[in-house]
Amino acid sequence: MSNIKKAFENGKAFIPFITCGDPDLETTAKIVRAMQESGADLIELGIPFSDPTAEGPVIQGANIRALAGGVTTDKVFDMVRELRKDVTVPMVFMTYANVVFSYGIERFASTCAQVGIDGIILPDIPYEEKDEFQPVCEKYGVDFISLIAPTSDDRIEMIAKEAKGFIYVVSSLGVTGVRSEIRTDIAAITEKIRECTDVPCAIGFGISTPEQAAKMAVNADGVIVGSAIVKRVGQFGRDAAPEVGAYVKSMKQAVSNL
Amino acid sequence: METKSKGRFGVHGGQYIPETLMNAVIELEEAYNHYKNDPEFNRELTELLNDYAGRPSRLYYAEKMTKDLGGAKIYLKREDLNHTGAHKINNVLGQALLAKKMGKTRLIAETGAGQHGVATATAAALMGMECVVFMGEEDTKRQALNVYRMRLLGAEVIPVKSGTATLKDAVNEAMREWTNRISDTHYCLGSVMGPHPFPTIVRDFQAVISKEIKEQMLEKEGRLPDVVMACVGGGSNAIGSFYNFIEDKDVRLIGCEAAGRGIDTFETAATLNVGKLGIFHGMKSYFCQDEYGQIAPVYSISAGLDYPGIGPEHAYLHDIGRAEYVAITDDEAVDAFEYLSKTEGIIPAIESSHAIAYAMKIAPTMSPDKIIVVTVSGRGDKDCAAIARYRGEDIYE
Repeated sequence: MSNIKKAFENGKAFIPFITCGDPDLETTAKIVRAMQESGADLIELGIPFSDPTAEGPVIQGANIRALAGGVTTDKVFDMVRELRKDVTVPMVFMTYANVVFSYGIERFASTCAQVGIDGIILPDIPYEEKDEFQPVCEKYGVDFISLIAPTSDDRIEMIAKEAKGFIYVVSSLGVTGVRSEIRTDIAAITEKIRECTDVPCAIGFGISTPEQAAKMAVNADGVIVGSAIVKRVGQFGRDAAPEVGAYVKSMKQAVSNL
Repeated sequence: METKSKGRFGVHGGQYIPETLMNAVIELEEAYNHYKNDPEFNRELTELLNDYAGRPSRLYYAEKMTKDLGGAKIYLKREDLNHTGAHKINNVLGQALLAKKMGKTRLIAETGAGQHGVATATAAALMGMECVVFMGEEDTKRQALNVYRMRLLGAEVIPVKSGTATLKDAVNEAMREWTNRISDTHYCLGSVMGPHPFPTIVRDFQAVISKEIKEQMLEKEGRLPDVVMACVGGGSNAIGSFYNFIEDKDVRLIGCEAAGRGIDTFETAATLNVGKLGIFHGMKSYFCQDEYGQIAPVYSISAGLDYPGIGPEHAYLHDIGRAEYVAITDDEAVDAFEYLSKTEGIIPAIESSHAIAYAMKIAPTMSPDKIIVVTVSGRGDKDCAAIARYRGEDIYE
């Protein structure tokens, strides 16, 4: 069991995402600290990938900018190592299978443990392929996070039963990115998950406003927001930390009032 | 380990896709397993392949080329004579018919050179289905004529601007679209790649090529060929050409990759020559990538071979040494494009020209009693303007 459970001990969790190295790693580090100060319960750090097939245009753009700036997996590990001198909030990586595979799954998982990463999210590794990753992660005390989608239906039970850390509930079909409305019956999905496991559920994809976050949090243990934050970073660049901090604060307030 | 994983060719293959798509590929696999043995489905498909697409395609003895090169006897498997001008139609008719039986009303596809997009648009028109094709913006410029053909056939063509704006990015965008709209949409993947069951389905639909080669060769020569060769991007015409010969160990199988400006440069797409094992586009296979697993921006003059990966079954045939994979440069392919046009009066696709180029290299080193079959995967009309530009002549399509 990793530190992730701590993230769900402070009421409904707010989980911000950021693409590492957009526009540079110094800015990312500042933003992570601002997120912690503003009440983030868990922080999702994206390691950029050349072809992020689960992402919408906003996070795709951040990935391209970060890679163009020369960010590598090793540099991201170095940043986390440095952050862990003062940042205590649980942190997970979100990246793509090839980033982990090419680094060496064992080497990646052990380095995660060493620098203080609590979990890994790989959107292109479904239940059927996780045996290549999950046991290795577990060996180093790093949670391999499972995703459940609106189309999972009869798959929910088997996924939920083996889930670790938290379950990433995908709110909508399609890729990441701001949506004006989320129509999926989230309550039905989380109810089904609850029948199988006590692992907390966090909902992501398409959430951007405090109102949406509050609505989503009713049926879950936490809310994940990515594109809305990455958009602000794209807008404010190296000065984004205070902006993101204020945003995280408003979102945390919205979910913790429940 | 990996006991739950399906669709493996050695270590390659698998289903590395978002959870959102898992039930869709499971549904596709179940439908395929049902219909592939259904006599009615097979009767309909054979009728379409024969009466609509013009199968069987000819196996042509290229006598002038054989004499000119002065070595092994060369036969050309004329997939360029199929309706829509390439082997792509074999797979598309199969998948479109399958999608229709599954109750899908909309086909989406990626395309590189535009041949798969045209084939998909054609099948959609024939079967009354909606069609959206994703094509890298760079490729829409290289293959403007095919963009027009797709639109003429009623398809919507969406130029993809992300990444290198070529085939890989078109696949990314088609996959994104599929996660967005699944219930009425079938992703008609054009090559032996992607998550299981696509590499198997596409291979089965393309295996008609080697089935015919075998029958035609036995009829013409009373024996099997010594070499079968084809160009390889994702690898669908190659696996189609190889498949029924895999158990015939005396038949050499050769895949011709696109070396672009050379495998010692960064401007190459020769995956098995320069790539390493990775996970991308739903499969484990070899990919051109950097030391951190970032997919490389590959290059080839041929839009259809301009892809950083290779189908998992090819990766496996490479691992076990059953097939050989060689790299052909832009220059060599263009020379072959012109050579076959002048020598046999057949204008091959620039993709297929990669296989012709290697036949030109090895035929003279083999004795006249040996037989080479080269698959001409498509026709080269679409490439004429680009090749003219390559030779410094600015013509309009």
